[in-house]
Amino acid sequence: MKTGFALLSVLVVLLFFASLLIGPAGLGLGDSLAALFRGEGGPVVLVMREIRLPRALLGLLVGAALGLSGAAMQGYLRNPLAEPGLIGVSASAALGAVIALQTGAAAAFALPLSALAGAGIAVLLILLLAGPRGGALALILAGIAISALAAALSSLVLSLSPNPFAGMEIVYWMMGSLADRSMTHVTLAAPFLLAGMAALLTLGRGFDALTLGEDAAQALGVNLPRLRLVLVLGTASAVGAAVAVAGSVGFIGLVVPHLLRPMTGARPSVLLPASALGGAAMLLAADIATRLIAPDADLKLGVLTALIGAPFFLHLIWRMRRVEA
Amino acid sequence: MLPALFLAASVLGTEAARAETMRAGAEPGPARVVSMNLCTDQLAMLLAAPGQLVSVSHLASDPLSSSMVDEAAAYPANRGGAEQIFLMHPDLVLAGTYTSLASVALLRDLGVEVVQLPPVNALDQVPEQIRAVGAALGRAAAAEALVAEFEQGLAALRSDLPPRRAALYYPNGYTVGEGTLADDVLNHTGFTNVGATAGLTGGGTLPLERLVLAAPDLIVTSTPYPGASRSEEILRHPALAALRARAGSVVTSDADWVCGTPHILRALAAMKAAREALP
Repeated sequence: MKTGFALLSVLVVLLFFASLLIGPAGLGLGDSLAALFRGEGGPVVLVMREIRLPRALLGLLVGAALGLSGAAMQGYLRNPLAEPGLIGVSASAALGAVIALQTGAAAAFALPLSALAGAGIAVLLILLLAGPRGGALALILAGIAISALAAALSSLVLSLSPNPFAGMEIVYWMMGSLADRSMTHVTLAAPFLLAGMAALLTLGRGFDALTLGEDAAQALGVNLPRLRLVLVLGTASAVGAAVAVAGSVGFIGLVVPHLLRPMTGARPSVLLPASALGGAAMLLAADIATRLIAPDADLKLGVLTALIGAPFFLHLIWRMRRVEA
Repeated sequence: MLPALFLAASVLGTEAARAETMRAGAEPGPARVVSMNLCTDQLAMLLAAPGQLVSVSHLASDPLSSSMVDEAAAYPANRGGAEQIFLMHPDLVLAGTYTSLASVALLRDLGVEVVQLPPVNALDQVPEQIRAVGAALGRAAAAEALVAEFEQGLAALRSDLPPRRAALYYPNGYTVGEGTLADDVLNHTGFTNVGATAGLTGGGTLPLERLVLAAPDLIVTSTPYPGASRSEEILRHPALAALRARAGSVVTSDADWVCGTPHILRALAAMKAAREALP
């Protein structure tokens, strides 16, 4: 797996630089890098440092947060279908963000905190409705209900806004986009994204023990209530901050852990960091694709992740059906 | 049966009102006029005889779209639905060529006369538009007086300074290029339009990074609406703020920019002042 991590890291670094170098302005490679690192070149510096750098940084962090959250929820629920977008955590975070924006909550971190609260409530509800013994069906049904309710409330709040643009942005909150994000968004979200991911990464060994069952895990000294608390707070913080600045991008937390699981020997403690890297790579690639496919149309990220993710999801369900039959 | 009744009632009302205007010695024109388009609203308010205009669209009382909010308060507002407008018994409806086509078709089917006016895309189309509304209202003399006033103002606001680059930047990175009224305002007051230079005709999006590289000397942005939206966040983007700080002059487009009415002169005056303030 050492080479696996090295390969994933190289992929993420390559995609990060590709994200910095691809854009509608069509700048030269040398000019771009000189402007980024040495601050030479007038308006090019502004383009590189204030427009492309925040977009690439957010792609990296948001992708990593979504990949890691997916792997963590799957590790705890021992269910391959758990994913923040599918089970309503992202939709609830979006509701929190929309409420903060439309009520004009002025405090600096009101936006990510409100999204975090939304995500936290959804994670708690999911654990309550479909705990480790709930099974796939309970999980997906609870997720559908929470997603539908949160999306409906977000749409309602946006439709009632006095701002004529707000109503048109329902699709942004459901699909996500990194277009025209700024360093302001990076400083707003990064502390929560990093704190949430750091918390989730500590859970690896607990999840390893959990693969043997809850009783065995407790016998091995895993403090289950504490693990659950860290999972809820970590996921809420990572997903909440990600959605607050990028909208809800689905399927990353589903596809990435699933692709990487065979390579990690199905050990959650290895899968968690690998999924963070994989998630970053997938989101950066999707964001680059939006700029290449339709540079002027502001194609939403969720469109691309769903094009890859939804067939994958169907494949998973097909396989589970065969196993259960 | 009901529509017929209403028609009869409206005809009776019309006849009475027409007789009254005749007695007053005014030119004969429609007695009950309803406008359902923001731009015809404002021209009708400027030109109509007292009591002639019955209703204007609800947009006429929106301060971010309309230059005549105070005047519009005197008229009941309509939302452009055929049912609402028909029940006002108009004998003339003013509409834009793109406003609620279904409502316009329905009103015509019900026997209401509708005059549709195309949007104004250049400053030299404003006099035509004033005359067209004047003719529809039977107020040709008032229209000629307004046209004379407008043309005098327009000539006085032409700038002879060498052109500088200006960009119009709106939510979602929207801008306008050639063949638009805003483009004409810039050209008239000593600016070249970055949107037009970028090859846009009509409206379209200009990515923020291309705007930054075009290095405009002046950026005109729109007034944000109340409430919050992601679309408008681009107007607070640090890169745009840096660009505006470099340009040193801040101009915000407002309701005066929207329609081809004499109020466009106020937009021209603001831009002329901004051009003269540039070093």
